[in-house]
Amino acid sequence: MTSPSKKASRLWYILLLIPFIATLWPPFYAGNEPRLAGIPYFYWYQFLWVIISAILTAIVYFATKSKT
Amino acid sequence: MNWTALTVFLLFFLFVTILGFVSANWRKGNLELLDEWGLGGRRFGTIVTWFLLGGDLYTAYTFIAVPASMYGKGAIGFFAVPYTIIIYPFVFVVMPKLWSVAKKHGYVTASDFVRGRYGSSSLALAVAITGILATMPYIALQLVGMQAVLEAMGLTGSGLAGDLPLIIAFAVLAIYTYNSGLRAPAAIAIVKDLMIYITIIVAIIYIPYKLGGFGPIFDAAAAKHKAAVVLGAKAYAPYATLALGSALALFLYPHSLTGIFSSSSREVIKRNSALLPAYSFVLGIIALLGFMAIAAGVNVTNGNDAVPQLFLRMFPDWFSGFGFAAIGIGALVPAAIMSIAAANLFTRNIYKEYINKTCTEKQESNVAKWFSLLVKIGALAFIILINKQDAINLQLLGGIWILQTLPAVVIGLYTNWLNRWALLIGWFVAMVWGTYMAASTSFGNQYKLPFGLGAGTTIYSGLYALIVNIVVAVVLTVIFRVVGLKNGKDETAEQDYVFEG
Repeated sequence: MTSPSKKASRLWYILLLIPFIATLWPPFYAGNEPRLAGIPYFYWYQFLWVIISAILTAIVYFATKSKT
Repeated sequence: MNWTALTVFLLFFLFVTILGFVSANWRKGNLELLDEWGLGGRRFGTIVTWFLLGGDLYTAYTFIAVPASMYGKGAIGFFAVPYTIIIYPFVFVVMPKLWSVAKKHGYVTASDFVRGRYGSSSLALAVAITGILATMPYIALQLVGMQAVLEAMGLTGSGLAGDLPLIIAFAVLAIYTYNSGLRAPAAIAIVKDLMIYITIIVAIIYIPYKLGGFGPIFDAAAAKHKAAVVLGAKAYAPYATLALGSALALFLYPHSLTGIFSSSSREVIKRNSALLPAYSFVLGIIALLGFMAIAAGVNVTNGNDAVPQLFLRMFPDWFSGFGFAAIGIGALVPAAIMSIAAANLFTRNIYKEYINKTCTEKQESNVAKWFSLLVKIGALAFIILINKQDAINLQLLGGIWILQTLPAVVIGLYTNWLNRWALLIGWFVAMVWGTYMAASTSFGNQYKLPFGLGAGTTIYSGLYALIVNIVVAVVLTVIFRVVGLKNGKDETAEQDYVFEG
């Protein structure tokens, strides 16, 4: 593997920081409204991030997979 | 006595017991080797690892305690969700390195790695003891989870008669773990996880349907918890630091690392980082069961009874029995893996290191088998003879303690710059400080920041102790370098951390 492509693949890892920012700063989501099917924002936001975080991890997995 | 529920419970219990014994022959290996008994021969692929780690991390106690916290305290209990969100990006980046170096050098425990990396058996001993100490109350808590469902089915006798079902369940568990090693909980985890998924899918559709939808459920929760039904500004820092600290701690626990070491490749760990969040989603739903219990009019003094009582109220008896079996078996899987992990630590890092340096491989696996029995008897005795609240307090301490192995283990995966003695002193200071913080707040998990930082806000004491730990380790490393104290011999090389096996 050449070093430029290694560097490019490392950049993908930045995606993994996003879930930390989205979930560890409660002011982003500590509220009741808007509700979704009766569920307060606080709850459905965090459920949504379970899914987004898994997708981000999957993206990083496929993007950085060594092609050997 | 609820005979229908109990019968269903016992049928499933019998089934997994048979499975536990038969699993000794699964992907046959020589169970007289520690690698085979204690790590399943490091051959578990993506799917088995998914079930194993799912069964291991999301324990019976979680299923009882998280909704209990939602039932009793409100939104703060939901920290389990951000906690289990951010674990996986962390695991994705860090744990493949640990897998590689462990595979390359035959490490069975985190302590083995620390010994190899820093050339320090004292630091390795500190990590091993911390691991065993943190694991013991965790096993005891699985019994608390099981007790909650046994009581819900009417097994509420006092004295020995009351404890007998628990003793029998644990004796059976102990024997097949002794016999089959990690293969037993791996096989049983598949059954347990499928049962949990079925129970939760039914619960999330059927219970809101009966209670008139999510609107009324959250309204009922709001009526009980007032503003605490969502997070208030004062709870921001406690919530976020609990989530972060717990996430950093989870994969330092010996039983989590056993799931890492037993994987067949780095890829298995990475794929699972994207697949395990399925359990986090389920955990979120389980947390909401606490609110559903409020809406259903469940009125209990001990929050641990909220979910069992909710099931009994909403489901036909046979399905309650199924759900209880899922939780009961959910206690067996982690208890088995935890006792195996503690046994691996004792055997490798205490017995072989200090008691019998020249032991054969067969002796090594025998000691591990016996120690796994001893650990379970200890946990059982603890619950029966002492009391539940002490186990809960100790488990909280365990979380603070295990987090203090992060500098040696996780930072160690990236650099050997930190001095072994600096790490040991940092660990010691943080253990004492962490224990003091917990004890002085009557086993709360929060502590005020010093020097009026953050206007008197509190943060998770485990994370606080970790910061102290790292500061001490870094400062002392610098001082030791200045006075010319040498680092230990590092037996690992840079390419070992990307070793594919």
